[in-house]
Amino acid sequence: MSTSDGKFGRYGGQYVPEALMPAIEELEDAYERYVLNNEDGFMDEFRQRLRDFGGRPTPTQYAERLSERYDRDVYMKREDLLHGGAHKLNNALGQVLLAKYMGKERIIAETGAGQHGTATAMACAHLDFDCEVYMGERDINRQRPNVFRMKINGAEVNPVTVGRGTLKEAISETMRDWATNVEDTHYVIGSVVGPHPFPAMVRDFQSVISEEAREQMREQAGTLPDSVLACAGGGSNTMGAFAEFVDDDGVDLYAVEAGGSSLSVDEEKGVAPNSASLSTGGEGVLHGARTKLLQDYDGQIMESHSVSSGLDYAGVGPELAYLVDENRATPVNVDDDAALEAFHRLSRMEGVIPALETAHAFAYLENNHEDLGDTVLVNVSGRGDKDLESVIEETEKRGIENAPDMSMFSGGLR
Amino acid sequence: MSRIPEAFADGPAFIPYLAVGDPDYESSIEYVEALERGGADVIELGLPFSEPIAEGPTIQNAVVRALEGGMTPTRFFEFVEELDVDVPLVCMTYYNLIYRYGGERAERPRAFVEKAAEVGLDGFVVPDLPAEEADPLREACDEFDLDLVFIVAPTTEGQRLERIMEQVSGYVYVQARLGVTGARSDVSTQTDESLGRLSDWDVPKAVGFGIKTGEHAERIVAGGADGIIVGSALVDIVAEGHENGDSAEAVADRLEQKARELSEGAEKGFAQRTPHPERT
Ligand SMILES: Cc1ncc(COP(=O)(O)O)c(C=O)c1O
Repeated sequence: MSTSDGKFGRYGGQYVPEALMPAIEELEDAYERYVLNNEDGFMDEFRQRLRDFGGRPTPTQYAERLSERYDRDVYMKREDLLHGGAHKLNNALGQVLLAKYMGKERIIAETGAGQHGTATAMACAHLDFDCEVYMGERDINRQRPNVFRMKINGAEVNPVTVGRGTLKEAISETMRDWATNVEDTHYVIGSVVGPHPFPAMVRDFQSVISEEAREQMREQAGTLPDSVLACAGGGSNTMGAFAEFVDDDGVDLYAVEAGGSSLSVDEEKGVAPNSASLSTGGEGVLHGARTKLLQDYDGQIMESHSVSSGLDYAGVGPELAYLVDENRATPVNVDDDAALEAFHRLSRMEGVIPALETAHAFAYLENNHEDLGDTVLVNVSGRGDKDLESVIEETEKRGIENAPDMSMFSGGLR
Repeated sequence: MSRIPEAFADGPAFIPYLAVGDPDYESSIEYVEALERGGADVIELGLPFSEPIAEGPTIQNAVVRALEGGMTPTRFFEFVEELDVDVPLVCMTYYNLIYRYGGERAERPRAFVEKAAEVGLDGFVVPDLPAEEADPLREACDEFDLDLVFIVAPTTEGQRLERIMEQVSGYVYVQARLGVTGARSDVSTQTDESLGRLSDWDVPKAVGFGIKTGEHAERIVAGGADGIIVGSALVDIVAEGHENGDSAEAVADRLEQKARELSEGAEKGFAQRTPHPERT
């Protein structure tokens, strides 16, 4: 799908400061040689490490009680079982290994939920790299377990205090570090965003998800799914889950975005109480790519919102924007409340505690299962251990119906 | 019609930068006019964008103040029209604001350039627009006879230099060091190397990133630069005045003084150049 000029239809491109362009050209070259052409056996080593270090393949599991509830076959691709607890390691390990092949000495990364930061910190410890992670201050507060994990793996965590202190600011700050230290540093971007070749390369590292799932569905269900659901922040688990199904015309692809508290925007304050850039955004240029963005009339980027840090971003990967324009993928969204309910539902009914990001996909399944066909595949992008504190707080605030009584935790965990 | 070439015609060009609307519209007008009194030959007017990825903390904070003060592209164009200065004006901003101007139905990025020409701007610097992505903006600039300045970084070499040479007009912005904007206490050795790589280019070479004092300006111009670009050292003065609650007049005076120090430094450096053989 990616073309040699790094464009997906009208999206993509390389909108970065000149100082970074030589590094990006170097990366393009490395991507073509090592990733696309398996030079020096790069892809073989990557696959091997994904097995031994990462624990791949992850299962595709038949969800018995959800299938009963929705009266159709529901399967779950269990990326929460990947080392680190989310799909993020597929990309982080790929990029850190690539940095090694390229002879880089230092790794930097941004993180929202801390899952990508954690995966990068683990990959850096595994492959012996120095690692610095930029994380918005607000996200540091709501994803503390991951901050601990990064530090324990030896990474430095740099708080970003400008703006609202979420993923957008963390990416900007990591780009500034890269522009300063570009000669020996590789920026491990955490999703299918940024300048070419990142969106294509991250998709390629993540597409192992759908490569396995497609085979597993064939074997276990004897059929391909009628629909695939994945949550979408930047869209890396989404593209990973979609990639190998894109050419299967009978498979509908749903990118589930964070509807936050409302789909409306406050132009005056520059705030969108959601992160639904595919559903509601306009075309623009941010962080190196032309894509769909939450922005005001003038083109100033809006502050997004979601109960889940990993979806809290004003942009989205250019290839997803393209698939949506081509009517190949359908953008949908669910709000914070529905995601929290789905979090508790999946935990109770299937014994799988999902990440709050992932819970969005299950909330869409709850509300719209009748339109999704006989066989549904949901990507469980990550596990929810990192979210427990937020979930307790947000659940108490809302009085979510299917939630356990959380009052025993009041004050005790904070 | 761009007036930039004239600014380099006799002696080195001193090119100060300020974020427009920092901290408010009225003061900002006074500040820009003070820069001209202090000897500016070209002025770079920053149109603030919410994600300034090439800027260090000084200009990031200026952008926040300006946006909180209500600066928008529409106000920016009003500002340029209202300014009472005679030197060429360059708009420095990020591509999304140029690209979005005029709304969904406008012809983009032409609409922004057309408006810029109408209010009397002479050119653009767009830090997140490398030569690869610049064709549409270059075409619009050609149509309205405006200049498009490109940044050459310490990492820019070989084919990339040539690609930029094909696109650039007005002056080339020589980035003195890797990293983001911000005033520094020293002059980077990367500057001389970068100037060396560009020595056979016809377009004037203006050096920026980190210049803080008249002495820096002098050394850089003596080393062969045709101009110097100074942003953060001036924005620091605005920030300090804002924090201390100083009057706009007092801040404008300080800006004028600093501008004079820098432009005189540049002149001194120029005097040391050939045909003055005593320079070693
Ligand atoms: C578990 C999980 N799922 C999804 C996401 C969203 O990222 P993406 O849209 O790139 O998959 C994150 C991001 O942190 C995450 O941690």
